[in-house]
Parts: sequence; C-alpha cells; structure tokens
Amino acid sequence: MAITLNINGQDHEIDVDPQMPLLWAIREKAGLTGTKFGCGIAQCGACTVIVDGNAVRSCNTPVATAVGKAIRTIEGVSANNDHPVQLAWQELTVPQCGYCQSGQIMSAVALLENSPSPSDNEIDKAMAGNICRCGTYPRIRAAIHRAAELTK
Amino acid sequence: MNQHNLTRRNFLKISTSVAGGLMIGFNLPTTAEAAAGDATEINAWLTIDPDNIVSIVTPQTEMGQGAWTSIPMMVAEELDIPWESVRNVRADANRHVNNGDLYTTTSTGGSTTVSKRHPYMMQAGASARERLRVAASKRWNVPLDKVVAKQGILTAEHESSGKLQGTYGEFAADAAAVTLEAEPAIKAYGDWWLLGKEVKRLDVPAKTNGSAIYPIDVSVDGMVYAAVQACPVPEGKLVSYDFEAVKGMPGVIAAVELKQVKDIAAFTDLRSAVAIVAESWYQAKNALAVMPIVWDFGRGATISFDSQTAEALSLLATPGTLLKDEEGNIGKGMDKGVNHDAVPDLIASASKLVTGEVYSRPFEAHATMMPPCAVVDVKADRVDVWTFTQDIARSLSEVADQLGRDTKTVFLHQTYLGGGFGGGYNMDVHRQAAAISESIGRPVKVIRSREEDIAQDSQRPPVWGTYKAALGDDGLPIALVTHFVGEEKMPVFSQRGVANMPYLVPNRRHEYGAVKNHIPIGYHRAPGANSNGFIVEQMADELAQAGGWDPLDWRIKMTEGIEPWQRVLLAMKEKSGWTTDMGNGEGMGLAIVESHGTIAGCVANVSVSRRGQIYIDKLQYFINSGYVINPLGAHEQAESSAVWELGHAMFGGLQLREGRIVNTNFDSYTLMRMPDTPPVIEVNLEMSQDQWWGGLGEPTGPPTPPAVANAIFYATGTRIRTTPLSKAEL
Repeated sequence: MAITLNINGQDHEIDVDPQMPLLWAIREKAGLTGTKFGCGIAQCGACTVIVDGNAVRSCNTPVATAVGKAIRTIEGVSANNDHPVQLAWQELTVPQCGYCQSGQIMSAVALLENSPSPSDNEIDKAMAGNICRCGTYPRIRAAIHRAAELTK
Repeated sequence: MNQHNLTRRNFLKISTSVAGGLMIGFNLPTTAEAAAGDATEINAWLTIDPDNIVSIVTPQTEMGQGAWTSIPMMVAEELDIPWESVRNVRADANRHVNNGDLYTTTSTGGSTTVSKRHPYMMQAGASARERLRVAASKRWNVPLDKVVAKQGILTAEHESSGKLQGTYGEFAADAAAVTLEAEPAIKAYGDWWLLGKEVKRLDVPAKTNGSAIYPIDVSVDGMVYAAVQACPVPEGKLVSYDFEAVKGMPGVIAAVELKQVKDIAAFTDLRSAVAIVAESWYQAKNALAVMPIVWDFGRGATISFDSQTAEALSLLATPGTLLKDEEGNIGKGMDKGVNHDAVPDLIASASKLVTGEVYSRPFEAHATMMPPCAVVDVKADRVDVWTFTQDIARSLSEVADQLGRDTKTVFLHQTYLGGGFGGGYNMDVHRQAAAISESIGRPVKVIRSREEDIAQDSQRPPVWGTYKAALGDDGLPIALVTHFVGEEKMPVFSQRGVANMPYLVPNRRHEYGAVKNHIPIGYHRAPGANSNGFIVEQMADELAQAGGWDPLDWRIKMTEGIEPWQRVLLAMKEKSGWTTDMGNGEGMGLAIVESHGTIAGCVANVSVSRRGQIYIDKLQYFINSGYVINPLGAHEQAESSAVWELGHAMFGGLQLREGRIVNTNFDSYTLMRMPDTPPVIEVNLEMSQDQWWGGLGEPTGPPTPPAVANAIFYATGTRIRTTPLSKAEL
C-alpha cells in the first residue's frame, strides 16, 4: 500500500504493508538508520521516536497509525548536533557503545518539551522504558538536568 | 584471545616492511577516506597529511570502552602532536591478516587495549617521531641531536642559517623512506604530556545525532534481509522445514538451510539453522515465525538448571579435583606460603570449624543493545563483510573459512559495535550471512531477533561454590578449602578470582568440578570473577563474623604486607564512612576483588523496606589500577561495569528448562533500568599506584554484587546466596 510519512518535516512516499512497524519503514524505506532495533516488543526503547510530541516505541507501532502525523527521529533533533540535549550528552560524555542513545535522546527531548525542569523522579519515570547495557544511566540523569539548564 | 608480546626486533621488521607504502585502506569510514588522499604513511600505524593532520590506525574495535581514543592517545603521546590534530582510522583487517598480523592483534577484550598493548602502540609513535627527526636532520644538514620534534613541529638551530622550522607534514614523505638504525625507547611514566589527562572520547559526537554506523545500519546495492532460527536447544539439529507453507507470503524470496559441518559445533562454527530471506527483515521474520520446522533436540533436551544444580550439589558433597596451574603447582597467584596437603587434617581436627552453605550464580546473556547482525556481500572475486565482532581478523578468517576463499579476497569493514562485553568473540552471525549470500547470490543483512540472540548467545556460565575453614584462637582462618563447580565447556571460569584471592590463610586448598552442559559458553565482562566474587567475598564476611572480626578489619589483617591491597582497604576505612551498624533497615557492605590487574573495592549502602524491597542508596568504588591514562575514560568504565554487574545480580538470571533458555527478551530477562540505578555512584582512583598497567573495562563489576549482598545482611540479618537478589525473600 502506498502511504506518505512525514518524517522530520519531510514527506516520504513509501509502499508498505500497513501493519509493518514504523521502525522498519523509517530504517529500510526512508533510509534513516539512527533509530535502532533492540527488542521488537517495546521493552528497550532503542526505537523511540517522537510522534506528534509524544515519545513512542516505533518497533510495535503499525506504520499506518503514523500517517498524517509529525514523526521526529534522531536525525531531526537538530541540523548541527547542537540541540541542548545533544550538547549536554557531549559535555557529560554520556554515550558509550551509543546504540541505545538515539532512543535515550528522543525520550529526553520529549520529556523536556513537556516538563522543562524535571525532577529526578520525573526523569526516572520518563526514561524507565529505555535500557542501556553500558549502564550510562547516572550520566543520562545528569545530562537531562544539564540540558534543562542549557534550555533556560 | 591471542596475545603475544612484540619484541623490539620484531617491531622493526614489521614497521620497515611497510615503510614508504601508501595507505591501501579499503575502509568505508569517512576518516579513512580522508586519510587516503594526500597523506603519507610513516608506518602501518599512522599517516600524516600536508596540513599536519595525523590519522592513527585503531586495530581494536570501539564498543564504548574508548579504544578509538586511547589508542590514538598512546601513539600521539610519543609522536608529540597536538591532540586536536589527531584523527582515528579503522584498521584494514585484510591488510593485517595477509601481512603477518601487521598490528600484532585485533582482539579487543580482557581490558587489554591499554594495559597489554601500550608498548608497541607507543613504539609506533616513537618510531615515527624519530624518523621525522632524521628526515629533518638530513634535509637541513644539521646533526640529529639538534633537531627537536614537539607538538607537530620540527625545529633546529643551524650554525649559519639560524632557526629552522617545519611541520611534520612537510617531512612526512622523507620520513617514510628513513630506516632507523635502532628503535627509540618509549617514554617512562613522568615524561608524559598527554597520557594521564582527561580526554573526551572521539566517538561521542557521532553517537548523539544518529550518524554512528553499526553493522545493522549498513546497506549495499541489491541487499536483501534474512531472519534466522537455530535449534532452540543448542547442539540440536535441523531435521526438516516446509518452505512451501510460507513462500507465498509478502516479500519472501527463499529459505536457506545453514548446515553445521562438525557433529557438535564449536563456538564460532556455523550451527544448524534455517533462514528466511525476504525484501524486508520484518517480512523475513514473520515468515520464519510461522514456517513449520522439525528439530532433533539432541542430548541437551533433558538438561535444565535444576538438573545441573542437582548434579552440582552432588559433586560438592564429595572432594573435588585439586586445582593446579600449568606447571603442576597449586593455582596461580597462590605462592604465599600455601600448603594444600595439610588442609584436610586441619579441617578434620579443627576446634572451630566454619562450614559454608552452597552459593550459586545462574547463566547470564550478553544481550548487547544491538542484536547480533552482519552484512555480507559474496561476489565471484571478493567478499565484503560488516559484522558484530571483537576481533576483526578472526571474523575475516571465519568468513574465508566458511566460503573456502583466500583471506586476500575477504574485506571486513570495521564499524561501531552496539556493545560487546565479550559477546563479539564466539559469534557465528557473519558465517550465517556469508552462507546465505553465497546461496542466493545477493548481498544479505542478517539480523537476529532479540529472542534468537538470547537463545543462541554464548552465555556466561553458572557456578556453584562452597567452603570450609578452620579458625585459630585469634578467630582468623588457619586452613581453608574452597570447592567450586562450573560447567564442562570452560571449567576454568569457576576458578577465576578464587585461587588468586589475596587472603593470607597459611593452609589453602582449592577444588573444582564441572556439570554436564550443552549451552554455548563465552566471555562475559570480567569472566569468572564476575560470578565467583559474589561467593568469595561473602565467604570473607562469614569468616570474619565467625571469628569475631569486623569484615573490613579482617580483610586488612588478612592482606597484611600486600601493599596494593592495603592502599585500597585503608582508603575504604578512612573515606567510606564504614560501619556495620546502621540500623533502621539500612546496611553497609563491602567487597574487594582483583581482576585484569586491577584491585577494585566496593562499599554499598542499601536499605530494605518492610515489604522486602531492596534499594541501593549508594555505591562507592576504591580502585588501584596502576597507571590511569585517561581518568575520564576510567570513570566511565568503572561506572559502566558496576551498573552492568549490579543489573545481573539484582534482576538478571537466565532460566534453562528442557534444554532451552526460556526468558529470551527484555520482558522476561530483566536488567537494570534508570529507576533502579543507585542515585550515587562514586569512583575513587587516587589510590592507584603508578607502577603497573591494570585494565579498567571490567574490574568494578565483580565486587558489586557481594558488597550489596553483604550490606543486605547487615540491614536484615539475612544472607542471600544466589541471584537475582531482588527475588530473595526478605
């Protein structure tokens, strides 16, 4: 089925099974590989993208449900790798292997857009769906606070 | 993990054999392409371009541990070039394999990139610097000792023409043709200008905007996708499959049987499996999920964790095999007056005997965030490979072996790795992709589903252990016997961190055994010590308590005279706020384990709610790792391995039933998440001695679970002897 996805402000005409998860449409059809596959069951958050302002797990979101909505991926966070969250991530050297970090950053961006100065509890809640096997959680927590400062 | 030392002579041979050659590098990463332009290769390790940008080759893989920063740092230290002028370039695996292991080794593990490899990496920088000096000395016609190489600039005072100056870049071509009479010695600690400083990892920016490329992100023209399924009971074999039932499904192209050559596949052999190839990975996975497949489960079908535990308990009930090292002596690191022959009599006649209960740890998976994945493009005259590997040369050779090709025609392109932790060693995903690409005549990307990843991983093995000790009048042990049971594939893991415990018990004996096991086994961050530390360091607490000693004072007393341990233990006493009497459901516990040449102590503060919920309030680490070349990287790695191992200890544990791992995704294999992460993790490195090279990628893991378990004991009076701790009844 031919559908149109609006990703990072750009329309992509793609021909897919409407049940295909949004993740694979973004990666294989739109060719944006920053969004990662981790578990396929919305348990790890590596596939997190922002749809109409909300962080969603694209690995189990049927592509048809995203038609007509504004989809943001890691590639759309900033043109020059300088969004406050990205700057904070670089300043505090958050990523290690880095594989989960697109999803972590998208969850953090969505959190800060909804709550500009989140408490530790809010951070825990918003980030609980994103697993990092390198254990960068302490740095992620600090970097979210730092990004909040940079945004002020 | 093949390691060999590079002698000075050996090094000369290697560096001169490629002197003057141009960069051959067939490497996709942009840094390599940039370096391949006008740059001159001084030796196989580095090129210098006319703008004085130095590109340094990184044979080890980058999986977040910082190899692509620490290797350039070690070379740049000797070359003496501003850090801002340094780029990293991925090593050409083909060139390495087909030129007598040009970079010595590409293996990336065991926390060895700095600790074991610095001599020849620093030598590469020193050699290049000296050849630049010789080149300047010749062109300027001044004595060599008048030429100074510093921060990318060569200078000399000439008697008649005064001060001479030029960039390294201007002399690079001349330097490439220089043969040194003798290689320079590398710098000693104290002469460093770059090593020891905080340097941010070079790979960080690419990991904040989605531009870092992992094997799963690679695309090749005409590429198709494959999902694979191996026998759910490892060592089992495919009997039949019904492709007719699924071949009409959308996008489906072919089914490919992956034939196991040996009766029982070794770690990196192709295992018996079947793949579905489709236009999309989603379509391949869907078709594979419904295709009828018949398996012969083999000998493993009757093995479960319960059956292995029963076998282990029966082995522990009778004496085990006495541990000896290769020379026939009692275990390595046990040369501190140990007398193993006297132990049985001393235990039998003890006036105060401490008999330990049985401790255990279960299987754990690597579960790297990137599931195993490989892209392979098999053509008539060449093969291109992108894969999940911690040893690019080994994986290249495995693909050549799989296809029966000459290694000269196989090109493996290093990408970032989405985690490693040892999981990138015993890996057959590139063999699978090679076999499928060869079979269908098209490039293919194999992605393992998370369920397939965890079911087929080379797991961290389980261990069961116990001990007996005879105490003297002062409450300290005079004789100790430990008995640890591992599994049959790599029983040595059951001894790491046990036989080399530092405690000066005058009579010690270490016994071992192994249970039947068909589950593949692999290296898992701090192998052996990660599980065994949990047992040894709770044993230390139990022995201290039985003898009426404070557990920290006991460890200080039992390591008297062993300076590297004393520094750590005394720092723990001075700085951690140590007490065993917090009250209010709170407790402090400690543990100290040596692994990879680094001694890591952990002090844990926990609180346990009335309903038995465990909260880790604070973890403090006290580390003596010898030299620290990048304190920032050291902190990152110390935090990382701590959280890694705490996750397994608190929540992990694979369940093995009827021969198969049954909890194969993150809904059932539970790991550390943000809300569970201790709010405070402090890393203290000041007690590190500038006297040896320890590794830092792993050592904070092993002391973490026993420190937490000991803290739980002081909070509740309950000792937990297995993991996951969160499932204990408190």
